[in-house]
Amino acid sequence: MEIRVRTDDCTICGVCAQECPFGSISMGEVGPEFDESCTLCGVCVESCPAEAIYMVGEAEKILEERDSSKSRGVWVFAEQRAGHLQGVVLELLNEGKNIATQLGEPLACVLLGDEIEHLSQELIEYGVDQVYLAEAPELKDYRDDLYAQVLEHLVGKYQPTIFLIGGTTNGRSLAPRVATGLRTGLTADCTGFALDEAGNLLQTRPAFGGNLMATIRCPHHRPQMATVRPKVFEAPTRQPGRSGEEIRVELPPLKPWAHILEIVDEESLGPNLGEANVVVAGGRGLGSAEKFRLVEDLARAVGGAVGASRAVVDAGWVSYPHQVGQTGRTVAPKLYIACGISGAIQHLVGMQSAETIVAINRDPDAPIFSVATYGIVGEVEEIIPALIREIKSR
Amino acid sequence: MHIVVCIKQVPDPSQARIDRETGMVIREGVDKITNPFDLYALEEALRLKEAQGGKVTALSMGPPAAAEVLRDAIAMGVDHGVLLSARGFAGADTLATSYTLAQAIRRLADVHLIICGKQAADGDTAQVGPGLAANLDIPHITQVRKIAQITKESLQVERLTDTGYEAIEVNLPAVITVVKEINEPRLPGLRGMMRAKKAEIQVWGPEEIDADETRIGLKGSPTQVWRTFEPEIHRKGEMLTGTPSEQAAALWERLRAL
Ligand SMILES: Cc1cc2nc3c(=O)[nH]c(=O)nc-3n(C[C@H](O)[C@H](O)[C@H](O)COP(=O)(O)OP(=O)(O)OC[C@H]3O[C@@H](n4cnc5c(N)ncnc54)[C@H](O)[C@@H]3O)c2cc1C
Ligand SMILES: Nc1ncnc2c1ncn2[C@@H]1O[C@H](COP(=O)(O)O)[C@@H](O)[C@H]1O
Repeated sequence: MEIRVRTDDCTICGVCAQECPFGSISMGEVGPEFDESCTLCGVCVESCPAEAIYMVGEAEKILEERDSSKSRGVWVFAEQRAGHLQGVVLELLNEGKNIATQLGEPLACVLLGDEIEHLSQELIEYGVDQVYLAEAPELKDYRDDLYAQVLEHLVGKYQPTIFLIGGTTNGRSLAPRVATGLRTGLTADCTGFALDEAGNLLQTRPAFGGNLMATIRCPHHRPQMATVRPKVFEAPTRQPGRSGEEIRVELPPLKPWAHILEIVDEESLGPNLGEANVVVAGGRGLGSAEKFRLVEDLARAVGGAVGASRAVVDAGWVSYPHQVGQTGRTVAPKLYIACGISGAIQHLVGMQSAETIVAINRDPDAPIFSVATYGIVGEVEEIIPALIREIKSR
Repeated sequence: MHIVVCIKQVPDPSQARIDRETGMVIREGVDKITNPFDLYALEEALRLKEAQGGKVTALSMGPPAAAEVLRDAIAMGVDHGVLLSARGFAGADTLATSYTLAQAIRRLADVHLIICGKQAADGDTAQVGPGLAANLDIPHITQVRKIAQITKESLQVERLTDTGYEAIEVNLPAVITVVKEINEPRLPGLRGMMRAKKAEIQVWGPEEIDADETRIGLKGSPTQVWRTFEPEIHRKGEMLTGTPSEQAAALWERLRAL
């Protein structure tokens, strides 16, 4: 064990010196200095208001040394389904490229599946420098067990500095399994990235149902891992003919522990919520399950998908896959029409990056109006039918 | 069958407030409750026990006051409560938390199934369940909406995916995290509440679970909160006035121009 100080965080406040039960600390120019009498009791670590003092164990020291000398590259997990890249993968490439460029490191993707080689070139044309490709029949569909084993193996072998995974249902199941196996940090559901002076990734994410944003660092472990909320970043433009390197990887011996019996895609109302250009969403203001059909009618009239607040999902007016918000889907359509939705922060975090937002609500003080491009104060029973008539008459 | 349910005490999310000066969560005067998502985990464990026999242990890591959520779990019908509480556990991120819970489950021994909530309402990470399974080197399945079949050796479930669901079978022991479609949690009964009052909550520290000191609490946490702040939300909007038909016409005119 060893005590260390992050001198750029230390404010030289002297609290540690006061709190130290053994009088082992004196304040130097850039931070505390420890003398022989230090027992590694850790009181200073806990007392430091700036969280600048920390302890590392032997195992960690070895990992740190190994990491800092070898680790290189910003990696993105290229999640594919049925031979198609998930939208969030492309969104991550833009952000990944920015970070990689600032660090002077390559941007790489890990691509797992069966008969998906064509996706390598697609990734490269979207700006990826290297694609680590693992193809095998048993990797065809996503599965926690095998995907986690392959990723752990590859990360251990190639040691990227940063590893980003899309915050899909699968990504959020896979990432913690892999991070734990690698004993590194993982930040969930990030919405923004930056680098500090030391080149550490600053990872910003909503917490407390979106009431608070927190920026997280993982300074002493590599890779720095994060899952990223879909629909937050924009996808890059494709550069046809761009070249890059494809690295076919050899698979480690795999130990399956799950047996997938069946994969079922369920029909939802209209177009898929996550992909739709237009979303018409209804809230408790609709008043009843019967009246919620107004929202579906409007969605049909504008060719949009149906969204909902949690309040109406809880009430059973519409099923959970339609829920937008912190505990539902994040959407970023071109147009979002919120009908009878108050605009609680947990709802806003799921839709506020929509390009145009329309709010229809009887209460002029409803928070939804603070994010609306166009606001209508009125009764949904009147406005929605009037709007449908308007659309049909033109 | 021995089922362990991991439950976390969280500040009531409906009372969440932020101090605008410091950007910190105000914890004073906010009720502490069982993470709402964990109630579904408790309910599912109780239903399995009622159908198949066995026992249910609720496990929580947190400050001494977190014993309260274990009592609430006992009031619902859980057999035992174990609280992991010690100074050394404080400041844990999801890696340290899942290690600590895993060590406790090792000590509990003969556990067939571990059920977690989908995510904790304070951090919303949904990382502890899979992390716990990785620590124990056993299977995990997230977002379980239905347990289709269970024996002492194996488990069949339906897992919610982004486009539907999948049916999966794994051998036990395993960790599952459950979504709210899975059941309707019960309210504690009078007898349960009486039992909960008298129940003894076991409290374990690092020694009891044979924890590696470098893997718990702040020391075992690779991630650090660097700063917190309030989200910014602002958009200057145009209000459309008039009669409902005028409002609808004005809106459609603007939307058509997009
Ligand atoms: C941990 C946590 C996670 C959550 N996650 C989510 C989430 O993912 N998604 C989500 O949506 N919520 C979520 N919530 C819930 C959120 O806080 C709100 O309770 C919810 O969004 C409210 O839904 P609502 O706007 O439909 O209902 P209400 O807040 O009841 O609002 C109804 C609105 O309709 C208006 N209205 C009423 N009648 C009419 C009428 N006739 N015509 C026009 N307007 C009318 C009212 O003025 C009001 O503004 C979460 C909460 C917590 C604590
Ligand atoms: N401190 C804790 N004690 C017990 N269980 C926990 C704790 N933290 C998280 N969990 C469990 O892990 C789930 C996911 O939590 P999280 O990864 O923090 O979102 C929760 O629903 C709980 O079942």
